[in-house]
Amino acid sequence: MPITDYPTVTLAHGGGGKLMHQLIEKMILPAFNSPLLETRHDGAVFQLGNARLAFTTDSYVVNPLFFPGGDIGSLAVNGTVNDLSMCGARPLYLSCGLILEEGLPMETLWAVVQSLKQAAEIAGVQLVTGDTKVVDRGKGDGVFINTAGVGIIEHGLTIAPSSVKDGDVVLLSGDIGRHGIAIMATREGLEFESKIESDCAPLNTAVQALISGNIGVHCLRDLTRGGLGTSLIEIAESSGLQITIDEMKIPVRDDVAGACEVLGFDPLYLANEGRMVVFVPENEAARALELLRADKHTAGAVEIGRVSGEQGGLVKMKSRIGTTRIIDMLSGEQLPRIC
Amino acid sequence: MKFSSEYRDAKAAQGYTREIRRITTRPWTIMEICGGQTHAIVKFGLDELLPKEIELVHGPGCPVCVTPLELIDKAVQIAQRSEVIFCSFGDMLRVPGSEIDLFGIKARGGDVRILYSPLDALKIAKENPTKEIVFFAVGFETTAPAHAMVVFQAKQQGIRNFSMLVSHVLVPPAMEAILSSETNRVQGFLAAGHVCAIMGYGEYVPIAARYKVPIVVTGFEPLDILQGIAMCVAQLEEGRYEVENQYTRAVPEGGNRPAQHFIKEVFQVVNRKWRGIGEIGASGLSLRPEYAEFDAELRFNLGGYTAEESPLCISGLIMQGQKKPHECSAFGEQCTPEKPLGAPMVSNEGACAAYYRYRRAEFAKTRKA
Repeated sequence: MPITDYPTVTLAHGGGGKLMHQLIEKMILPAFNSPLLETRHDGAVFQLGNARLAFTTDSYVVNPLFFPGGDIGSLAVNGTVNDLSMCGARPLYLSCGLILEEGLPMETLWAVVQSLKQAAEIAGVQLVTGDTKVVDRGKGDGVFINTAGVGIIEHGLTIAPSSVKDGDVVLLSGDIGRHGIAIMATREGLEFESKIESDCAPLNTAVQALISGNIGVHCLRDLTRGGLGTSLIEIAESSGLQITIDEMKIPVRDDVAGACEVLGFDPLYLANEGRMVVFVPENEAARALELLRADKHTAGAVEIGRVSGEQGGLVKMKSRIGTTRIIDMLSGEQLPRIC
Repeated sequence: MKFSSEYRDAKAAQGYTREIRRITTRPWTIMEICGGQTHAIVKFGLDELLPKEIELVHGPGCPVCVTPLELIDKAVQIAQRSEVIFCSFGDMLRVPGSEIDLFGIKARGGDVRILYSPLDALKIAKENPTKEIVFFAVGFETTAPAHAMVVFQAKQQGIRNFSMLVSHVLVPPAMEAILSSETNRVQGFLAAGHVCAIMGYGEYVPIAARYKVPIVVTGFEPLDILQGIAMCVAQLEEGRYEVENQYTRAVPEGGNRPAQHFIKEVFQVVNRKWRGIGEIGASGLSLRPEYAEFDAELRFNLGGYTAEESPLCISGLIMQGQKKPHECSAFGEQCTPEKPLGAPMVSNEGACAAYYRYRRAEFAKTRKA
């Protein structure tokens, strides 16, 4: 049992970094012991009759509930829509479990429900089943939401880290780090020159565009808690290949970069809620970029790097000043520095 | 808000490295004082751009790293009290105490909060009049003015449920301790730009003269550091030992006088223990007697407590420039960022964490070979 190292759960176990990965590897995977779970994908992909389906779930515990560019409702829909999309599926049906804290203003709940509804309409999915529970005051953070989703896979591609090949091109769908900074700025009352809005958005239309454009997509991964850095490390480790990216090609808005300098954060590890990386064969990269740029949620797509067979499992980054360094997974969430 | 890209330009970096190559005729060992500089060096691979004659060793300028174990233990003892709201900068929460870190206390139900501004501690104190609010004041001269301001305001406003666990340290005495050691290897210093932005650089003039070492006040961006190294090497090659200022955009000679005034108003210079190094005379700050009512060690009666550090951890040698992180037998084995033995493996600015994050794969290769 992995309880010898940590007799209690710490926040870092949910931070998307190494401790969370250790928890999953040492406790969750062996306990449930399913080949579908072993793929470590954003969702499970399986055959049911004649249909190939993707199935996923995610819980949302964001504080604050409302932030520039989104809220817990839009997050709960888009997050699950994106997890299904990353399996190459067309998202169809979502469930919605609400865990409410006693004393939550009804007006707040109404705003969240409206947001869930609106986000579902935009993403073209239906919320078809749900559950509501209320916990004592002080035992929740206003609203917690769990959504699960089902989508259908209408192509023959195997979109997974195991499909990534030596020579693949890595595309990033837009600038990184805005969600992480938007949340932190609202939560901590930090003010910057301009309002930084979350990138929270559904990615299903962009993924559908790639698939119906006959792009032989090898792997998709949406960048959530651990950011671009963690996502690339996960893919490098599960594919056994090296990923090399170029710092100069990674779009980070000036205001986000500024906030990072002040707080001592690295934008590579900041959370995103509407960004993904796409692994495609080299000869299809240009066309894939064109298709992504035509979708409004991925209009800022760029090529950021390549896959190679050199040092399997490693992510390397060519820095701005021409040197190369390893990108490592963080233990938990980034902590603001002292000076 | 543009501020950093102009200091990270590949062409300009090549210009400085060419200049360093041109003037270097023999081996030199240069220490960068500040952990922020260490991380920039390792993160951007600046040392790889230098000629092999120039060795960079990493200094003690990481506030998290030098905070002595017993102070972490005291923080833990205070934070686990039910009447306490313990406030700290984020970095400190993962630093291992003898038995547990502050994150562990939080997981056990302690009210431990991460602050972005120390003044928020007073706000929390006013909002929670039945609680004791304790702020963990860690850092060098850079954070001292803000911490002094908090205590000053607490006294002015008569806030009685606030106190501070002070672990402030000063850079110049640590430099002297390194230079006066019999095993010292350091021949030139890059002084910490942000410390000098507060204190100015007058204090370094007698050190440069007495120990005959060049000291260059240096910033934190890659180009700052390369330029600082170039200036330091030029002095070494020419046999000069002066205090020069590379970081002129932030550092005036006299520093920030109002900030210095607040430090003197609230703090007094005392002997202080540095983690891994030991006690250094007149190297720290504590609250003046007029402000003793805000001293958490007195309030919670923790004065006499001491603790022993792990014998495996060689962080003291690393922070004095005598060893590199990967030369430690525990590096990457018994000691990782998840299970750190010493603080330099924890902090964003710690040398061991920098080597682990950015260089681990190279060391793994050479070790196997």
